[in-house]
Amino acid sequence: MSVNQKPQQPAVLKNGLDIGRLLLEGRAFLALIAIIIFFSIQSPFYFSLSNFLIMSSHVAIFGLLALGMLLVILNGGIDLSVGSTLALSGVFAGYLMQGVMIDSLGIILYPPIWVVVILTCALGAFVGCINGVLIAYFKVPAFVATLGTLYVARGVALLMTNGLTYNKLAGHPELGNTGFDWLGFNRLFGIPISVIILVIVAIICGVLLSRTAFGRWIYASGGNERAAELSGVPIKRVKIIVYMLSGICASIAGLVLTSQLTSAGPTAGTTYELTAIAAVVIGGAALTGGRGNTRGTLLGAFVIGYLSDGLVIIGVSAYWQTVFTGTVIVLAVLLNSIQYSGRAKKKSNP
Amino acid sequence: MNLPGTEQSVNKQESFGHVVLSARDINKSYGNIHALKGVNFDIHQGQVTTLFGENGAGKSTLMKILSGIETPTGGDIILDSQPIHFTSTVDARDRGISIIHQELSLAPNLSVRDNIFMGREITIASGIDYVEEERQTIKLMQELEEDINPLTLVEELRLGQQQIVEIARALSVNSRILIMDEPTSALSATEVEVLFKVIRDLTSKGVSIVYISHHLEEALQITDHAVVLRDGNMTAYGKRQEIDLQWIVRNMVGDNFNLGEPPQGYEFGDVALAIENLTVMDPAGSGYALVDQLSLTLKAGEVVCIYGLMGAGRSELMECVAGRLSNDTGNVLLHGKNISNLTIAERIALGLGLVPEDRQRDGLVQTMEVGKNLSLASMKAFTNWLFTVPKKEQALIDKSIQQMSVKTDGGHAAIGSLSGGNQQKVVIGKILATKPSVLLLDEPSRGIDIGAKAEVFKLLAEGAKQKLAVLYSTSEVGECLSIAHRIIVMRRGKIAAEFTSDVTKEQIMAASGESLVV
Repeated sequence: MSVNQKPQQPAVLKNGLDIGRLLLEGRAFLALIAIIIFFSIQSPFYFSLSNFLIMSSHVAIFGLLALGMLLVILNGGIDLSVGSTLALSGVFAGYLMQGVMIDSLGIILYPPIWVVVILTCALGAFVGCINGVLIAYFKVPAFVATLGTLYVARGVALLMTNGLTYNKLAGHPELGNTGFDWLGFNRLFGIPISVIILVIVAIICGVLLSRTAFGRWIYASGGNERAAELSGVPIKRVKIIVYMLSGICASIAGLVLTSQLTSAGPTAGTTYELTAIAAVVIGGAALTGGRGNTRGTLLGAFVIGYLSDGLVIIGVSAYWQTVFTGTVIVLAVLLNSIQYSGRAKKKSNP
Repeated sequence: MNLPGTEQSVNKQESFGHVVLSARDINKSYGNIHALKGVNFDIHQGQVTTLFGENGAGKSTLMKILSGIETPTGGDIILDSQPIHFTSTVDARDRGISIIHQELSLAPNLSVRDNIFMGREITIASGIDYVEEERQTIKLMQELEEDINPLTLVEELRLGQQQIVEIARALSVNSRILIMDEPTSALSATEVEVLFKVIRDLTSKGVSIVYISHHLEEALQITDHAVVLRDGNMTAYGKRQEIDLQWIVRNMVGDNFNLGEPPQGYEFGDVALAIENLTVMDPAGSGYALVDQLSLTLKAGEVVCIYGLMGAGRSELMECVAGRLSNDTGNVLLHGKNISNLTIAERIALGLGLVPEDRQRDGLVQTMEVGKNLSLASMKAFTNWLFTVPKKEQALIDKSIQQMSVKTDGGHAAIGSLSGGNQQKVVIGKILATKPSVLLLDEPSRGIDIGAKAEVFKLLAEGAKQKLAVLYSTSEVGECLSIAHRIIVMRRGKIAAEFTSDVTKEQIMAASGESLVV
């Protein structure tokens, strides 16, 4: 499901050196295995299917954000607003669930769940669209534009709830809006819905990147925007759509999280954007754009999720968790630069 | 030890003209490209040595080696009869060699004063001695007869003044060998006069000058020695008294430099591309027209060369026709249809393609493999509804690789693993895969070897016979004669002259402003 970015090695190079390269390119996978082995030894509760499924449902939130972030980073940008968009989406869904009062008609609308989901995703797309237009047409640097929407979206979420949380999300059978908890709690064939959603989004993302013209355009304009433009790639449109997709991913994550917590709080998802960026980077994507794939990003999300949950299980303090997560991120970026500079050397000496 | 100071004091007159720095049998390769092939070059004390050569002849590379920026692959550099090995530019500067680069190397966000003393600030106990730096800057500006406040930011200066600052910086080092790579390209005639006065002043003090310029006549005014480079070889040396303009042009371009003849034996079709009264203003907002009310037509099957110096407006014309730059006046008609307001993608779909000047910056996506670079511009051809069809894409890639004879071990190789010539073939192949009817090429032979150049020319000739209209921009006069049916010379955004293929090299160069005498 991923785009093969590995350069084909000439046969001469396939010697002992290649094992090192293999380790380097499969590092996220190896790191995940190392984490699983380590915590399985440390704790008898870690290595079990039910624990993996629970941890995976935690990973789903970061994974969804990271997939959207991957598209943006491949395109050469960055989206700092996803954490806030997640919170805004959750609050917006909660608001819809409470019933929408229309004063002029004197009625209260209780939209069914599927309408709530669609409207919430539309909101995420709208936030992403603002980012995209600012960046593509008004030439605002991506970092600054999305930093701005980070604050604005968070502020709107706080305004909507007056700083409080929406708790009554169960809905009423007589109003026909029950079932919101399905997203966060139910299972299909024993697998949490949130994990299934992550898998579906990942498959869509993978197909998009490897099998569509649009995916190629993301890679091309992230790798060299000027060259892509001269080759007829509509770089501005690509940019806007990429941020909209990131916004939609954040909304889906917001819906899942709200359902898992059975409450919609305006402070949910603070600093999640950084975790998402970390997952993408651990997955081997280059922050300069053009390099990376879905498989790596998913692995990156699982590395972060399984690591932090494992630390909780063996009872390491939350402060140490932060230290470990940071170390893993720096290590990942270090390996990225080794990998890409190795390629650059090959270039100059063919 | 042979110190320059003692030398000068012993007998100033006698030491003049002897060789201070010489390059012996210098070779330089970048991967498969041999930029310099056994070049010998002498710099004479207190005199001006001019290096002539077309773009890509290796002039700048040689100067980079002499100033410690690049290390040669082979050969020796001899300073004061001692073989020497520069470790860095600072090392070269400490030994009294400094260079004024062709491309400005100033920090636009800093003031003139800070730029001049960048990297060698005058320090006192309290930090930088701004007063002294400012005093010296004012003195330098007076010397160059330029009224620039030392505290002005460089970005607020016009290009010519920036070049003056660059020159002032090199002068401030008090070097004994000063290399000037195209110092006058943005200067006005008066400023050039002042610069020449400064050069004469410096040489009378014993400073040796290496001068590079495309303005041949101008260089002849100041030079004492002339060395000509062609394709990395030194082709001629002469003293000022022995040479003239014809001698330079003949040695620069070469007599038997021939890549073939313009394709013959068929009729041209209808007008494929018509440019009417096109103006492109400087996007930086200087109020200066890069392309100035230019009109030209191009028929199907016709190859037209646009010749001109750097900054003549050729690239801007090309980029405007291709759709990257918007035009301020005029129209571009493709097969009679006005395309002035269409996007680049729409123009490509209508059959207009551009091979850009700088393939690293505008041509290639370095993060993608060879095949994906080749297929990038023609994705519609192998996309069904939303999805790409890998088989169709592979077929297109294989066909392109074969057609362009790209030397690669398959479409999956990294683009960076190819040589310059093959990378250029990928850029051209990418555009040809869109099946254009009008092809724009902006200096496509830049930095590729003669073999690859010949292959590109063959392809263009074949394309032209199949009714492809080609607009070819170049700064190498030999290329015009071997491919073009018609040659248009551009100068300052306007058409300065138009020739048929039976013109001589000297006539073309004269019209471009490189010389006034023919």
